[in-house]
Amino acid sequence: MGTQVIMPQLGESVVEGKVSRWLKQVGDPVKLYEPILEVETDKVTTEVTAAGEGTLLKLYANEGDVVKAGTLIAFIGAAGEVGPQAGERSDQLPPSTDLPGGQLSRRSADTGGEKGEAPRGNGSGARISPVVARIASEHQVDLALVRGSGEGGRVTKKDILAYVEQRGSPHPEGEATGVEKLEAWEQPGLGELFRPTEELFGKAAPTSAGPIAPAAAPPVAPGDVLPLNSMRKAIANHMVMSKRVSPHVTTVFEVDLSKVVAHRSQNKTAFEQDGTKLTFTPYFALATIAALKKYPLVNSSWSDSGVVLHRTVNLGMAVSLGEEGLIVPVIKNADSLNLLGLARTVNDLADRARRKQLKPDEVQGGTFTMTNHGTSGSLFATPIINQPQCGILGVGMIQKRVVVVTHNDVDAIAIRPMVYLGLTFDHRILDGHSADNFVAAIKELLESWT
Amino acid sequence: MTEKTLIEGIREAMDEELARDDTVFITGEDVGPRGGVFRATLGLFDKHGPTRVIDSPLAELSIVAVGIGAAMNGLRPICEIQFADFIQPAYNQIVNEAARMYYRTGGTFTVPLVIRAPYGGGIGGGLYHSQSIEATYAHVPGLKVVIPSNPHDAKGLLKSAVRDNNPVLFLEPKKGYRLIKGDVPDEDYTVPLGQAQITREGSDISVYAYGMMHYYCRQAADEVAQDGIDVELVDLRTLNPLDQDTVLSSFQKTGKALIVYEDNRFLGYGAEIAALLAEEGFNYMDAPILRVAGPDVPAVPYSHPLQDWFMPNPQKIAAAMRKLARY
Repeated sequence: MGTQVIMPQLGESVVEGKVSRWLKQVGDPVKLYEPILEVETDKVTTEVTAAGEGTLLKLYANEGDVVKAGTLIAFIGAAGEVGPQAGERSDQLPPSTDLPGGQLSRRSADTGGEKGEAPRGNGSGARISPVVARIASEHQVDLALVRGSGEGGRVTKKDILAYVEQRGSPHPEGEATGVEKLEAWEQPGLGELFRPTEELFGKAAPTSAGPIAPAAAPPVAPGDVLPLNSMRKAIANHMVMSKRVSPHVTTVFEVDLSKVVAHRSQNKTAFEQDGTKLTFTPYFALATIAALKKYPLVNSSWSDSGVVLHRTVNLGMAVSLGEEGLIVPVIKNADSLNLLGLARTVNDLADRARRKQLKPDEVQGGTFTMTNHGTSGSLFATPIINQPQCGILGVGMIQKRVVVVTHNDVDAIAIRPMVYLGLTFDHRILDGHSADNFVAAIKELLESWT
Repeated sequence: MTEKTLIEGIREAMDEELARDDTVFITGEDVGPRGGVFRATLGLFDKHGPTRVIDSPLAELSIVAVGIGAAMNGLRPICEIQFADFIQPAYNQIVNEAARMYYRTGGTFTVPLVIRAPYGGGIGGGLYHSQSIEATYAHVPGLKVVIPSNPHDAKGLLKSAVRDNNPVLFLEPKKGYRLIKGDVPDEDYTVPLGQAQITREGSDISVYAYGMMHYYCRQAADEVAQDGIDVELVDLRTLNPLDQDTVLSSFQKTGKALIVYEDNRFLGYGAEIAALLAEEGFNYMDAPILRVAGPDVPAVPYSHPLQDWFMPNPQKIAAAMRKLARY
């Protein structure tokens, strides 16, 4: 029998992983749950453990290889046993054929020696024929957007020619698949690591496909081509998809942080004694969480059957990884944490995000996201929603500004630490009024911090 | 135009060539007064006389060797091999002598020889009367290999073969001798060697065939047309030299290829077409190249059920067409 080692799907938006290091070699004995390799994705680096014990018989991927999630990468069995062929997964081998008009198949069986039947698609329709590849490249077609009518959903020459022909219109068929992509993105509360990728990406692999080709790409000025890494591709796909599926509106509030600054200076040392560095982030997080509890409609997701209100707050925190990209670790059940708990969690997640040490489920399932773009000096911004969430809060740089304050009916000029908070929200779910109420609640909490 | 059978087309070609050019003569087993075992030369002995239509000993080596000698000395022999199955004793003469003579003698000698041989199965002929030998001989440079699929082409191609200065192996689908009928012009005409013909225009899949299989492919194409599958059918007609342009231009159009031949599959003629498409047509390929061919067993069985199992037929071909169209 033996045990197959499958490239796990490390995060629901992740479609491939890189074998960064084999911890076991062919012939090595392997115990149950013993780590056998390290896998690196755009989000995390993690170890894959053995689901069975025996001898590592065969490796199907080399260190450095990037393979699709769900791919067989190694085989564990009794010494001397033979592993399956690469690309095979015994649990998904198609039955020989159930094609109608089975004359030929019968013939195949009859003649015994007959080989070279048309290779069957693996069900995901991922096979791209040379002519389709050529037309796709000539016309800059993202094949994920083309509906395949061939065997197993394969995109045939006719399909792509028809697609190219009707693409003249500004909103090609891709619009429809965009909605499907939404389903494939991080759905809160789902996190099975080993869910077959076909289920998610079989229809129209949203993130694995190549560059985002606009319908009619303008000519590109000459220059050097920077190859896309998987994180860049995932970000690019997600951003385009997000802008397409939801109408973005941004509203900006200005908040006086005097009380927060005062609270922080008072408590900094105490937190440090607890081993936690107190930054401003947990204040914004705590205020946001409280506002989300007050306005649950903001802590939601759009679906065709209705707006899904999430019971808990899983707060995503965008962490920049420099030019490489960014990652959004998620504080699960953030509504159960106090300032100290949030401070600890935020520091820990940010630190591990930068070291690529996050676990897969720590980057999934967010219900609302915060991005601290002020750390790079930005005053306010219009962030893009992390689908399928309803909104994203951008926190600008805290800056001492001259403001007019009114005390005992007397106006005065004062110097106050100020910050702009920008909420980008999905106008399908929220209107300006309800969105403003939500940000106003954050503002009130921050300005009245005790 | 008159409707004729395939064998009538062949007979007329020989009759007219005998009349047109007195260096042409026919030799083979029983080709004389008896008119050949299939009656291909029926009446020619009476009409053209015993010096033009000559019975040979039952020795294929000698039939071809006599032909080569005569051809090198100014005559244009048509040698009949009674069944293609029997041609192998003459293999050395055909391959080592006839095919290479022009090359070996630096152009001094040509061998304007035609070897006619009925080939193919499905006629209850068993092991010694059913073989397809085209792949073996199409492999040989210097030898032209021609297979007609209808009376018009049979007559026109055979005339071209007689007039060609190279040795030509002219293989005749014997099952189609009297089965395949078609219009044949009354006036003199030829069909050039080395040119395939698109016998049915289509846009979904390209089907390549020759001889009897071409006949079956037409029927299969009609059948799958009812399912909306638009087959383009290419009759190769000359297997060597192959009309690569026609083969490739059809593939360029459809991107899908099916090759049908009744010879056994392994290293059969379809393998060469598949290789050509893979090498020269890769950028147009939209599906794996499929073949329908005989199984790799030593011979066509004599038993009728087993013969049916061996032979490609319109149903098997139609199934492959559907499969390819669906891919």
